[in-house]
Amino acid sequence: MEIRLAVSAFLSSHLRSHELASDQDIFALGLVNSLFAMQLVNFVEREFGITVENEDLEIANFNTIDAIANLVQRKIGVS
Amino acid sequence: MKIELTSEHLSEQAEYKSFVDEEVIPVADQYDQQERIPRELINKIARLGYLGALAPKAAGGRGMDMITFGLLNEELGRGCSSLRSLLTVHSMVAQTISRWGSRWQKERWMRRLATGAAIAAFGLTEPDVGSDARSIETNATLSGDRYVLNGNKKWITFGQIADLFLIFAQCEGGPAAFLVEKMSPGLSVNPISNMLGTRASMLAELRFQDCPVPLENLIGKPGFGVSHIASSALDCGRYSVAWGCLGLARACLEASVRYAARRKQFGGILIDFQLIQRMISDMITNIRATRLLCLHAGYLRNVSDPAATMETSIAKYFASRTASKASSDAVQIHGANGCSGEYQVQRYFRDAKIMEIIEGSTQIHQLNIARQCYREYLS
Repeated sequence: MEIRLAVSAFLSSHLRSHELASDQDIFALGLVNSLFAMQLVNFVEREFGITVENEDLEIANFNTIDAIANLVQRKIGVS
Repeated sequence: MKIELTSEHLSEQAEYKSFVDEEVIPVADQYDQQERIPRELINKIARLGYLGALAPKAAGGRGMDMITFGLLNEELGRGCSSLRSLLTVHSMVAQTISRWGSRWQKERWMRRLATGAAIAAFGLTEPDVGSDARSIETNATLSGDRYVLNGNKKWITFGQIADLFLIFAQCEGGPAAFLVEKMSPGLSVNPISNMLGTRASMLAELRFQDCPVPLENLIGKPGFGVSHIASSALDCGRYSVAWGCLGLARACLEASVRYAARRKQFGGILIDFQLIQRMISDMITNIRATRLLCLHAGYLRNVSDPAATMETSIAKYFASRTASKASSDAVQIHGANGCSGEYQVQRYFRDAKIMEIIEGSTQIHQLNIARQCYREYLS
């Protein structure tokens, strides 16, 4: 739950005027450009102390708050 | 809050300054005219570890922190923007492999890139595609146990001598990134000459005609080539260019003060004329502001702050504008002398214009910075 809250807070602060539901697709909504895509990766790495590897580069890992939280949970579990 | 370089930074800075003063500045105009950097100079910076600036020490690199890397770019940029461009594109590819490469890719390339045994170049731009990177037309199709590349890349910095190219192509419905070796069949490298600035950066056009690329040379996954692979490489490139522009602007200031201090007109020396003082004061003020932006971006990068990407964009935008303005004023102060090959400011002026085009044009940065501003102030 804390992971979701942190991800939600980050997305809300960067994606103007969007109250995101945890299963809303930020890519499908057109909210993500290249700069923000990198910022998002940097955020999850720094915030949760994980490393996003090339095999983690899947839209399904980054397109919703739930997906990001699940990725982080898996990575923390692995580490 | 304390903004100052550590003793280690100062020591590194002194090393870079000495190298540039002795080995780069005396030959930079000559290389600009010859439109090439000789292999001996490239070997020198390789021996000094500059080409492995960001590569981990375990891979033979110098493992510099981002401030130290910035200082290196500043000094090289002060001496020769073409040579600094080599550091930029080479580091962009090395960083990409280090960040997103597979274990095999790292083992195959990192030590060679870190030591300068192999030179790398970045291949995103095409004859008909510049800022709109997602629209690249080069394509890669899966064919058995390999990808096959077709298309053209243009304005590839140090493409003439690169051993390894990071190439972006449409693949399976989205942009993808590939490592392509120079000797790949179907790849031809054609030199581009007579550019406005950074004339010694040995640009090339690359043509891929049914060029086979092993499956293991794909970096990341199709669809992420621009959003993550190119984006992180360009982020590194912008940081390098920003500091390089700081050095270039410093070179303009130093040349202008030197010249104005001995040039006599109207019974006095230029340095005492108020309209000259205005240009000098603008130069130094913008240089100081650029340095703070670069240091701030460097600090954020060192602590992996997500804001580093945008602050790097802001630093590059401001630094390239500063270099452009400083070089224009430097030529103005030098008058006709500044337009001749006898003074380095004409090279600075031509090189500075390039800085506003590469690694995101001024206009692209303006768009991104404004959008970020709206997010901050309208949310």
